[in-house]
Amino acid sequence: MPTKEEIYQKVQAALVDALGVEQEEVTPEATLVGDLGAESIDFLDIVFRLEKAFDIKIPQNELVPQDILTNAQYVKDGRLTPEGLAALQQRIPFVDLSKFAENPVVQDFPNVMTVGDICRYVEMKLGVA
Amino acid sequence: MRWFWIDRFLEFECGRRAKAIKNISLAEEHLQDHFPGYPVMPASLIVEGAAQTGGLLVAQCSDFREKVVLAKVSSARFYAEAVPGDTLIYTATIEALQKDGASVQVTVHRQEELLAELQLMFAHLDGEFADKTLFKPKTLLFWLRALGTFQVGRLPDGGPLHEPDWMRQAEAADPD
Repeated sequence: MPTKEEIYQKVQAALVDALGVEQEEVTPEATLVGDLGAESIDFLDIVFRLEKAFDIKIPQNELVPQDILTNAQYVKDGRLTPEGLAALQQRIPFVDLSKFAENPVVQDFPNVMTVGDICRYVEMKLGVA
Repeated sequence: MRWFWIDRFLEFECGRRAKAIKNISLAEEHLQDHFPGYPVMPASLIVEGAAQTGGLLVAQCSDFREKVVLAKVSSARFYAEAVPGDTLIYTATIEALQKDGASVQVTVHRQEELLAELQLMFAHLDGEFADKTLFKPKTLLFWLRALGTFQVGRLPDGGPLHEPDWMRQAEAADPD
């Protein structure tokens, strides 16, 4: 079982390769979109690299729950409803949504996820405490 | 000019790997300008050849129903120039495949010499593009036949790859 530090290093390497950024830029607090310049196709690239690096399977919508973010039941006027927020938080407990929840505009969601969130997701998948 | 940057498939293992050939000819018009007196196949067109090899391999995984587009060149390294008279061999290998798209690794060889290595991401168009058509089915079928896809194509169980029924039906319904 890898340590948290080993997970961080592998996530860092995956993001450096997927996004063409410098290793120093990939800090735990860096957001994937805002700070590292990730675009939508990059998320699929990141998913594939994480699967390979950690020998895990990442089902569609598990890391980025597009199904919730595009579900009319959960989105009203471009914002997540309280039910939508709850569903999102339940699906991605590894992401701190408290700030996003103050103004949950769906199109702002891509800028929420950080490098640290990805690490916590992998830790969760691997059962690292 | 037809936008065909591979000439024929040599191997086509569905869901796994495809090998395509590209013969570079001095008769290709763009080589008169790239460069005058020093013809070299543009690296961007080598990327296109790699994308056509990998993209058709990925498209076959959905029986050619998904609209597969090159979404990202994750990496591309070129080690030597490709010139008229060269025969390039593109070998595309699917590394990962999901509902949203695929990651494909491609090597380009001239005989035993490695000319280029690429990592490509393909996306399946949906959402706002769901109703768009990239190719008419008969056009795509014509291209696949011209490339010898169904002569060399093999399914995972080793059986032959046949022309998809839905494409043949669409072709029959579109005689022009």
